[in-house]
Amino acid sequence: MEVLIEAHNLHKSFGETRAVDGLSLRVAAGEIYGLVGPDGAGKTTTLRLLCAVLQLERIKGGQPASIRIGGYDAVRQTELARAQIGYLPQRFSLYDDLTVLENIRFFAEVRGLSSADWRPRCMEILGFVGLDPFVDRLAGHLSGGMKQKLGLAAALVHRPRVLLLDEPTTGVDPVTRQDFWQLIIRLASQANHEPSVAVLVSTPYMDEAARCTRVGFMRAGRLLMEGKPVDLTLRLKDQILELRGHPLDLLRRLAGADQDVEDAQMFGDRIHLRTRLGKRFEVEERLKQLIVSEGGEIVQLRPVAPQLEDVFISLSDQAVSPS
Amino acid sequence: MSTQVIRATDLTRRFGDFTAVDHISFTMDSGEVVGYLGPNGSGKTTTIRMLLGLLIPTAGEASVLGYDVVRQAEQIRERVGYMSQKFALYHDLTVGENLTFYAGVYGERSRARLAEVLELVGLNQLEGERVSDLPSGWRQRLALGTAIVHRPRLLFLDEPTSGVDPTARRAFWDLIYTLVAEGVAALVTTHYMDEAEYCGRVGIMRDGKLLAMDTPSTLKASALPGLTWDVFLDGAGESVASSLLEALNALETCSCVLRAGLVSDHLRAITPADVSAETLRQRLGEAGVAGLRVEPAEPTLEDVFLALAAR
Repeated sequence: MEVLIEAHNLHKSFGETRAVDGLSLRVAAGEIYGLVGPDGAGKTTTLRLLCAVLQLERIKGGQPASIRIGGYDAVRQTELARAQIGYLPQRFSLYDDLTVLENIRFFAEVRGLSSADWRPRCMEILGFVGLDPFVDRLAGHLSGGMKQKLGLAAALVHRPRVLLLDEPTTGVDPVTRQDFWQLIIRLASQANHEPSVAVLVSTPYMDEAARCTRVGFMRAGRLLMEGKPVDLTLRLKDQILELRGHPLDLLRRLAGADQDVEDAQMFGDRIHLRTRLGKRFEVEERLKQLIVSEGGEIVQLRPVAPQLEDVFISLSDQAVSPS
Repeated sequence: MSTQVIRATDLTRRFGDFTAVDHISFTMDSGEVVGYLGPNGSGKTTTIRMLLGLLIPTAGEASVLGYDVVRQAEQIRERVGYMSQKFALYHDLTVGENLTFYAGVYGERSRARLAEVLELVGLNQLEGERVSDLPSGWRQRLALGTAIVHRPRLLFLDEPTSGVDPTARRAFWDLIYTLVAEGVAALVTTHYMDEAEYCGRVGIMRDGKLLAMDTPSTLKASALPGLTWDVFLDGAGESVASSLLEALNALETCSCVLRAGLVSDHLRAITPADVSAETLRQRLGEAGVAGLRVEPAEPTLEDVFLALAAR
């Protein structure tokens, strides 16, 4: 597949803070790459570097930084590179006193669409995001989810090959989140006979990350690990036990104290135990006896397929140990 | 003995012609952890601001710890702890200085209490660190510390876990439960559906309306019209994403499927209670998608939200 985002050795500091610290990334057409990490990990700075709205930093004696977007050098051919990009920032501004169509027309004209071209394209893209029944509504009167879809439409109006989405679904209604992801998937998978798009999306939701083609875990400006979700979860194969029962705090305390349990975390109303490699059966047997003898009740104790969140937590444990 | 700490009756707030909170009624007892779940803009923060006496209700009434939110706002604010979405911390002060400042605001003079709070939130080693040097997970703990320094019996935590990583989120919930074990009640807003599973009861907000409030298990039993299924596309290979959409479209055309959606890397289907895995697989085959793995699933609060939102 054609590589549409190619970034090498990106650095960016703000004062003493290294926001992005030697990051390299490749995303091909048709891929949805999920960037996961806490606030301050460098996700937004990475996206802004790729848009060439922030200047790259030179590191003395280090490898030179480079960004190519759709084949264009983001430093020497900035305008050409930018023309390939649709960017939906975390705080997207619309003109509340303009209608949906007027808003999208504004973005179309900024992006240089001709007067012959803008109307059919605007209607097409509004249809794609499902806002065509609302073309005459003032943007200020849209629901949060509709505003987010209008933002996506604005980012797509000039038919970019590269789509950069900065936490597009954070705090968004689950109904909209469903719709929004269906749109992302359609863009990446050659819908509408248009060439497929490379999508780079940052998200705090692990369940969204799990449906990306590839995922990168970020912390302190670096990519700690990247890969296909299935390959990442394979790293913890046969190590995760799910424990349900009562009382939860007793169960968690007993499980957490087991010599072969590396970590015991609440996953909703159940506990996930990460066991040492090859020790799963022993832990299972020991806990079955111990919990009952301590007056607890096990509703279920079983091995489960690891989730991305398990992987992320195990990585965090290795990366930093607080205090 | 549990006592009522919050009682809201038809609480309503309009801003111009926009109704941010629309006739919500609920009660909350001491020792409870209630999750207040909903997307941005659904009215969660407006509710909290009314309960704190910071915003006058347009209609309806509420009392907190027995005090009326309109006439006795002072008494409420002295007795509750509040952690806002944007942690209100002084970044150029140290951890200890921030805590001392808030202790002063609440008239708490005991050094021993400050030490106790630092210990409780796990920041006793970091008392001298400047807040600007702390990662977000630790700032969040400090913000909670400043909210509990005066030993409130009721805590309002407004999206306390936004923007922190999963490990810190989990540790934060442990902390909430440590406080609850000491007799504190907490109303916690969140837009993470999975977090609400930790709460004793969960209220689901959408467009200013409280759609339901109950225990997670009761919500799942009452709001969902039938059985919940996971549908996996094993070995779909490279184009998992696009085959997900094909399978989703097929699911949506099946007459036995009440609702279908994306969940994690697979699909979720809700069917009437009399549909079997075999039937579902067969129907999918007839709709042109074969080779899917269908397994019974446990519903999540996200399923509940989607079901309630569709009503």
